[in-house]
Amino acid sequence: MTMVLPTFHWIELVYLVATALFILSLMWMSAPTTARHGVWAGELGMALAIVGTLLERGIIDYRWIAIGLVLGAIIGVPLGLVQMTAVPQRTALSHAFGACCVTLVGTAEFYLRTPNVPKFMMSVLSMEVILGGLTFTGSLMAAGKLQEVLSQRPITYKGQNFVNLGMLAVAVAIAVALVLNPGHRNLFPVMVGISLLFGVMLIIPIGGADMPTVISLLNSYAGLSAAAMGFVLNSKLLIVAGALDGSSGFILSVIMSKAMNRSFTNVLFGAFGQVQASAAGAVEARTVRSASPEEAAGILAAANKVVIVPGYGMAVAQAQHKVRELYDVLTKRGVEVTFGIHPVAGRMPGHMNVLLAEADIPYDRLKEMDDVNSDLPQTDVALVIGANDVTNPAARTDTSSPIYGMPILDVDKAHTVMVIKRSMSPGFAGIDNPLYYLDRTLMLFGDAKGFVGDIVRELSGSQH
Amino acid sequence: MLAGFLGFQVIKRVSPLLHTPLMSLTNALDAIAVVGAIALAGAHETNFATILGTIAVMAAFSNVVSGFLITDRMLKMFKSSRPQK
Repeated sequence: MTMVLPTFHWIELVYLVATALFILSLMWMSAPTTARHGVWAGELGMALAIVGTLLERGIIDYRWIAIGLVLGAIIGVPLGLVQMTAVPQRTALSHAFGACCVTLVGTAEFYLRTPNVPKFMMSVLSMEVILGGLTFTGSLMAAGKLQEVLSQRPITYKGQNFVNLGMLAVAVAIAVALVLNPGHRNLFPVMVGISLLFGVMLIIPIGGADMPTVISLLNSYAGLSAAAMGFVLNSKLLIVAGALDGSSGFILSVIMSKAMNRSFTNVLFGAFGQVQASAAGAVEARTVRSASPEEAAGILAAANKVVIVPGYGMAVAQAQHKVRELYDVLTKRGVEVTFGIHPVAGRMPGHMNVLLAEADIPYDRLKEMDDVNSDLPQTDVALVIGANDVTNPAARTDTSSPIYGMPILDVDKAHTVMVIKRSMSPGFAGIDNPLYYLDRTLMLFGDAKGFVGDIVRELSGSQH
Repeated sequence: MLAGFLGFQVIKRVSPLLHTPLMSLTNALDAIAVVGAIALAGAHETNFATILGTIAVMAAFSNVVSGFLITDRMLKMFKSSRPQK
């Protein structure tokens, strides 16, 4: 826009500093000790960029900006103060907001510039609104599923992938038509509309257990659309920030997909949870052993080494503080307690770590999958709290299982396995877990929070 | 492209421990799109553009506020078992 100026405009310098701060911010994010500096660097960069933009000469009317900022702050503060268990929903919602902003700006830019839009600009503009549109509705759907406003069960129908791909193809075809002739004012809203619809259709078939991957993917799309907006507005700051966000989302989705042994396309196009019928027949006859809180406490007290494996069930039951009490009372008795965290445990990357950190459990007690797996054969008790599929040994042994090949936490190799679970119903993926029928497995039926509380009471009571 | 590559290198080193704060931080950074929205809302070229711009400012700024707020809250909670000096 102001590129014709021969002198170096001060605002460019401000943006450059902000860009550098953003990169620094992510670098500091790599270790827990420096991570908070990262937040401050990001805040400073953001403040510089916003103030710089506000002072730029191009702005003639501040009233609307003020309204937008105030309303944004009013929405933002409560969203920043949500419960830690609601973090996945909040994240999905903020992807939606980010994408909403990008789509609206893209739409406005189109109508301001049409019919004189250069080909390159029209291409990135189309990319901006297609990605932005599908991320907006897709993230809203994801947030709805996570908040359980919508059913977490995947919804599938015949020819679904065909319909979805067809919609995407139409959107891209319209984009091409617009690049060739940007004067088609009427085609633009059609393209946006299809993108919005596509976002909904894309998330409908996705089940709860796939949410970590999907959130990461939507994160990536949100970043890419922002980067595209950066190209449209010729803003390097926006390109860099968008690319950082896009690549971070991409890396996370790759990590998540690997942790589930599935490809991207498989997550997006192959709905889970449709296959349980084939496995369900044989289970009726098998029996499980269950135990009371007293028995569980006795076994834990006699152990030297305990690995706790938390899952989404712990988050639902809000049991992390009780788990912390259990950790305390066991540690006091000289039991070595660590936590085994599967990359896709919970509903978003790193979900369990945040919950356990909230409960004041030191982060160096939280172990990654590979470390835990080498320890598990020497572990006396593996205590599974609300996790299911990530501990399912069928992933190692049963080639017909839908999760075959997925890396799991080998809790079945511990001397004793205890599983806290509300009932025998299968997890979100709808797959039966052979772990529950092993001789060394004790099922602890009950609410995670209540059961862990009972164990803690038992352990601290017998100390006196 | 360069930024993407750089991002790759930087983010690959982030431990899974911090994946959730990482995501909320990049989310907040991504909300830098607010500068584009501010420019749009402030330029007052057409009413249509101003209204879209204002909503966009609102959406992006709510991300700025909530993203930084929650990231910091999360990070505050990560404590080591070794006492810090």
